[in-house]
Amino acid sequence: MIAETGLIALWLAAALALLQFALGAIGLRAQRDEYFSAIRPVAVAQGLFVSLSFLLLIWLFLRSDMSVRLVVMNSASVKPLLYKFAGTWGNHEGSMLLWVTVMGLAGAFIALFERSLQTRTLVATLAAQAFISLGFYAFLLVSSNPFERMFPVPADGQGLNPLLQDPGLAFHPPTLYFGYVGLSVAFSFAVGAMITRDVGASFAKAMRPWVLGAWIFLTLGITAGSYWAYYELGWGGWWFWDPVENASLMPWLAATALLHSVTVLATRDSLRAWTLMLAVVAFSMSMIGTFLVRSGILTSVHAFAVDPERGSFILALLAIYIGGAMALFALRVGTVKEGKRFELVSREGALVANNLLLSVILALVFIGTLYPLLVEAVTGDKLSVGPPYFNLATGPLALILVSVMAAGPLLRWRRDNPKALLNRISIPILLTAAALFALALFTTGMSILSLLGLGLAAGVAVASFAPLWKRNLRRTPLHTYGMVIAHFGIAVALTGMACESSFTEEKLVAAMPGDEIAVNQWKLKFEAIEPMAGPNWTALEGRMTAQYGDGAIHEITPQNRMFAAAQTQTSEAALLTRWNGQLYVVLGDGDSEGRWQVRVWWKPFVPLIWFGGILVALGGFLAMIGRLRRGYKQRKQREYAEAML
Amino acid sequence: MNRWLLWLPLVLFGLFFAAVAVGLIMPKNDIIESKMVGKPMPAFALPAAVEQRPGLSSTDLTKGKPTLLNIFASWCVPCIAEAPQLLALQRAGVEINAIASRDTPEDIANFLNRWGNPYNRIGTDTTSKVQLELGSSGVPETFVIDGNGIIVHQHIGDIRQEDVAKLIELLEEAG
Repeated sequence: MIAETGLIALWLAAALALLQFALGAIGLRAQRDEYFSAIRPVAVAQGLFVSLSFLLLIWLFLRSDMSVRLVVMNSASVKPLLYKFAGTWGNHEGSMLLWVTVMGLAGAFIALFERSLQTRTLVATLAAQAFISLGFYAFLLVSSNPFERMFPVPADGQGLNPLLQDPGLAFHPPTLYFGYVGLSVAFSFAVGAMITRDVGASFAKAMRPWVLGAWIFLTLGITAGSYWAYYELGWGGWWFWDPVENASLMPWLAATALLHSVTVLATRDSLRAWTLMLAVVAFSMSMIGTFLVRSGILTSVHAFAVDPERGSFILALLAIYIGGAMALFALRVGTVKEGKRFELVSREGALVANNLLLSVILALVFIGTLYPLLVEAVTGDKLSVGPPYFNLATGPLALILVSVMAAGPLLRWRRDNPKALLNRISIPILLTAAALFALALFTTGMSILSLLGLGLAAGVAVASFAPLWKRNLRRTPLHTYGMVIAHFGIAVALTGMACESSFTEEKLVAAMPGDEIAVNQWKLKFEAIEPMAGPNWTALEGRMTAQYGDGAIHEITPQNRMFAAAQTQTSEAALLTRWNGQLYVVLGDGDSEGRWQVRVWWKPFVPLIWFGGILVALGGFLAMIGRLRRGYKQRKQREYAEAML
Repeated sequence: MNRWLLWLPLVLFGLFFAAVAVGLIMPKNDIIESKMVGKPMPAFALPAAVEQRPGLSSTDLTKGKPTLLNIFASWCVPCIAEAPQLLALQRAGVEINAIASRDTPEDIANFLNRWGNPYNRIGTDTTSKVQLELGSSGVPETFVIDGNGIIVHQHIGDIRQEDVAKLIELLEEAG
């Protein structure tokens, strides 16, 4: 009964979404207030029903109900509870339901709490949101019903993809999805504003928290995803420019640009058309990302749930939403006034430079990701575009972007004096020069990009705190602190990246138990190899001890795991984190003479990459709290003033 | 801004749409198959997994009669599910040999007592070395081998009732 109830709740939610869309469309055409007042409760009800449906699906997974096809395909009764829970969305149907649930909840949230928008724009936004949801409902109900039963009932399920069987990754997809959905809300706002031709500061203020929220989740999602790939795939790299990684990077790049341009629109009422365009592009990138991952159209080490038929469905949705929004943009944007003007050297100018650089990087990543597909479509040849292209194409632009990031917050709005800027930024520039000089003198074999990156990171780390100089720190708004921390996080991550790519030491050996391996200051002793059994896997575990210089001896145990149900082998790298870096050990296959492939890396300062990512997200979070609190205060003041009148 | 520039995003999106639509329509071979299919079996010699049955070496599979090679383990749940099908195949006169993957003699003996023993020979592969050489990535997996030791087919996952007829057909073709 649980499954049937879930399906009924899903149908009801879909019907409510249709009603929500109809109320908005008819109401806007007929200019009738009663339609407008009806749309809010409908949006709330839609959110409640779709949430109920999702909760019931979670319950089915927790109960290991093997009469439901989805549970059979993605769960197993012997699985740890956490992964039964995560199995709910660790698959195609479940993740689509999660997506539409978050969208429904977001719609309900807008209906309940959004107060700064004009009513007509709010109604258009809710109608657009319902229209997007309708596509997903159709998708779920027609071609991928998560509640489908299965007869005969099998003895046990097949388990979650073992690569996904990791606490970090259990929560990685929902994190990215919250980001994607946040961008869908921003998209709905943009469509709503284009329909009612109400593009201005109040629209930007309403849209900003959603963009900020989406961006925080995307940042966390990418950071977590990168760390997961780093320790789970066992190849020791933190970014591979894999299509699936790019699928999450592209929306982040677009969202970062949008976040900055929406701030210009909210603060200075400028960059109207550009902000609309970015909102459309950002959502397009999250849809395209989902499409690339789900359709199996690109070959990747981790493209899950591959299915061309579903790919066609998502592609059709893409065509309607994105094609429609871009056509609307082309038709309407001519009637949107560009807003206030500004000089080239100004805060706006720096933000435009930021936007342009991010857009070009986005375009380069997009081209690199899709080029193999295009070639295959035209010539039938299979090829892949790898790190050499992406690093070379985006690296220099990223460094310029980071320089702009250091200077931007030190500029005044509207117009500024180049000399004054130079004055304000002199200390970071000197620091960068000094760092470059020292690195060139004392290190060997650094690539130009890493050298510049490390030098620049030193300058940017200092420059990111410059907005706080000579200010009353207690009266500085929270969102300024947020910006400072986020920008500092970029410098921290950049340091980690440059160090990792320049100073990593690697050793690959065939070792017998009893052998010693030396990497950098580390002495590694291979003691023994033993079989192990977990809840639903067996493994061979290497027992090793590691010692840094004359320091303490640590035991590490890399594993080579076999998952019974899904017939996959994974490698559990052993990581030893020190203040100055990470020791990374992977156990490979054994040969007939009893030797084992052992791969050892010493990666100085590599954790800074993810620590930086977390700082960036933390900065976004502080900015969010600051903005929401300020908006709340201003509204209270306005209400108070109106009450006084 | 030029009016036609505003349509540029839509045009670019149209190009993207066309490219991926072509990509989706084109047929794809998405079955993950061992690279060993169509090739002779690698040479190996595995000791006996249990007392009741002899061990298994690659020369046992080149005796002129097509056979099945089943890779299983006592700790594997789908292997229990496929046990009745293996017994049915044996009753149909098929010779089935096995490799027990990462297992102990006691556990294998218990497994065979409980779920039946359709096997002629069982080699024990404690480190999965032979299994990996065969291009098998998990259990259960079954290979159809012709009389000359060439791998003709790889069946990934448990053998279900509907697979039995097909496997017999493949064995007949190989013979």
